[in-house]
Amino acid sequence: MNTVYRHSRAWNVSWLFVLIGVFSLVFADLEVISLEPWQELKRLFLGLFSPDWTNASEIAQAFLQTLSFAILGVAGGSLAGFLLALVFHWRLVRVSCAFIRAIHELFWALIFLQIFGLHPLTGLLAIGLPYAATFAKIYAEILEEGDKSALQAIGHNVSTISSFFYARLPDLWAHFKTYTLYRLECGLRSSAILGFVGLPTLGYSLSSAFMEGHYSVVWALLLLFYLLIASIRYWVRPALLPVYIIAAPFIIANDSQISFENVARFFTEDIIPAPIRNGETLAETWHWFSDLFMTQALPGIANTLVLTQIALVVTGALALIMFPLISRHFFQRTGRGIGHLLLVVMRSTPEYILAYIFLQLWGPSMLPAIAALALHNGAIIGHLIGRYSTEMTLRLDAAVGLNRYFYEMVPRLYGQFLAFLFYRWEIILRESAILGILGIATLGFYIDSSIQELYFDKAMILIVITALLNVGVDALSRYLRARLRLRTSVDCGAGNDYCTAK
Amino acid sequence: MIQLQAETASYRGVKTLHDIDLHITKGEKLALVGQSGSGKSTLIKLIYDRYPVDTSLVPQDYGLVQHLSVYHNTYIGRLDQFSTWYNLVNLIRPWPDQVNKVRAILTGLQLEEHIFRPVGELSGGQKQRVAVARSLFQKGQLLLADEPVSSVDEQQSKEVLKQLMDGFSTIVLALHDIQLALAFCDRIIGLENGRIVLDRPSKSLSTQDLLSLY
Repeated sequence: MNTVYRHSRAWNVSWLFVLIGVFSLVFADLEVISLEPWQELKRLFLGLFSPDWTNASEIAQAFLQTLSFAILGVAGGSLAGFLLALVFHWRLVRVSCAFIRAIHELFWALIFLQIFGLHPLTGLLAIGLPYAATFAKIYAEILEEGDKSALQAIGHNVSTISSFFYARLPDLWAHFKTYTLYRLECGLRSSAILGFVGLPTLGYSLSSAFMEGHYSVVWALLLLFYLLIASIRYWVRPALLPVYIIAAPFIIANDSQISFENVARFFTEDIIPAPIRNGETLAETWHWFSDLFMTQALPGIANTLVLTQIALVVTGALALIMFPLISRHFFQRTGRGIGHLLLVVMRSTPEYILAYIFLQLWGPSMLPAIAALALHNGAIIGHLIGRYSTEMTLRLDAAVGLNRYFYEMVPRLYGQFLAFLFYRWEIILRESAILGILGIATLGFYIDSSIQELYFDKAMILIVITALLNVGVDALSRYLRARLRLRTSVDCGAGNDYCTAK
Repeated sequence: MIQLQAETASYRGVKTLHDIDLHITKGEKLALVGQSGSGKSTLIKLIYDRYPVDTSLVPQDYGLVQHLSVYHNTYIGRLDQFSTWYNLVNLIRPWPDQVNKVRAILTGLQLEEHIFRPVGELSGGQKQRVAVARSLFQKGQLLLADEPVSSVDEQQSKEVLKQLMDGFSTIVLALHDIQLALAFCDRIIGLENGRIVLDRPSKSLSTQDLLSLY
């Protein structure tokens, strides 16, 4: 029989995405605007060798604030998320959580800033609320997928609380712990970034050091941040957590008061679309909406998608290039050590900070955003599939070098790789939107400008549009994963996809 | 005590039991025998489904909590006897008088030395005996056990079955070992393709009679 060689579905889908990415390049603004980008980059790098610790007390203060916001926000979020997980089978809860998750922490911060001002509640809710929604989903999954055989063997009249603590929690505890710890690490990054919108965390010190060109201070802050994240296993202990949680409220600085007048005005006036608020005609209202949609939402959506698709392809390429750095099938111990260091630094630095740095160097275009998104997410996926490849056993006479890479490794990893990449798709989109705050014309740019011009009604509509876009991409990603039968099986202690789920 | 009439049951959408008529009086000790797939496990589940109150169950997959100790897994048998707060305190700090009661049961099953080890660290046969210990601690009116000695050696099988026979008055066991069934139970139910094809006192049966089922 005469059969023709056919490529797999994954192959076709991958090239489709590459094609979309290349096509998007046509619409992307990639110009380097700054006068001497390499000179700046050199100055930045030199700062690495002379980190400046002279402002030790200021630095310590920034870190204490970052830690306190992260710990309280994540603790509150996990508690609320756990309670929500128990009723996650209610449709209303599921849909609300999906919507809340789809809005980035920084957008939440911008919203709460209007309501509470620079009160600590702004930072705590900006972390706690989206984290609660994520915790609810993952905790519900853990409860759903856990072994229920012990529950079935339990006596007939046992109270719900007793049976939960005896037959469910002990065997699920490790999963809850692993995921919550992972989210605390994310919470540290979120908390650091909140500084960029004015809260007293790391981002605040970082942006002021940058604006004054104090690269030595920038490096002092960044190095300490890496150290904090790398050592998280050692300072987060179940016995110490209550101490942190009790201490944190005393550390969080507060010199502002909530104005209830502001809170009321926000809900009853600020966010009501202007034509409705002013009782204008239907035609005028329609005009207002269509104007907002055509001049802001549409270009915002287009730019966000262009940036997302380019960044997604570059992320994938970088992950495939970088994973051998930490795989025992390609490098010896020393080589892998350097690879690990590289990947740890890239994935510990939040995209937002990376983008901020590149933007200072190259000026505002999509280039810094693409570089930031691809480096951060590429390092995460590279780390995950690199670890997976290390666990594989090759036969003794397997090929070496590029033959090994293309014939032994990539074919076996590709399914995992695509699954991780599609998981990150929605995250890259969320971040693409948020990077607009830095001046790239994605949705975040229009949201931020509306807020600065005090058009909160417009900002809210744009935020809702951003959230819907996210929910859409999430659904598409889920469809593609199901269609291609992609499933990740890297065990990050939880035996599930929790580590990349968010 | 148990009355099933013209019952059918499905397992994963496939009908596995047909026209089951079964009457069990208090004090009877039944063995269900038959090939794997003949419907023994489904019949056990069916009985549990109809008579869940005060019934001790040893399921085929043991139903143990891997990260809890042998002691706590045994204690689970009596959770409904105590208040929730008493149970929660016991989780953090075992009540000494409960430990003593559990210890007595574990001694009979040669598990006493493992009392505070997590179940996840035990061997398959040891886990099976923990599931038996849990049912003995619960001490319900009825015992339903699905192959309770499939993973322990011959000598220990007899010891475990003896404990169960002493611990419960009414018993329904799924057992693929014909000799053990004849030795320990007083009534044998033979199953084939989801139907009861044999129901006789074990005194009137020989190993040969039962082999035809296999």
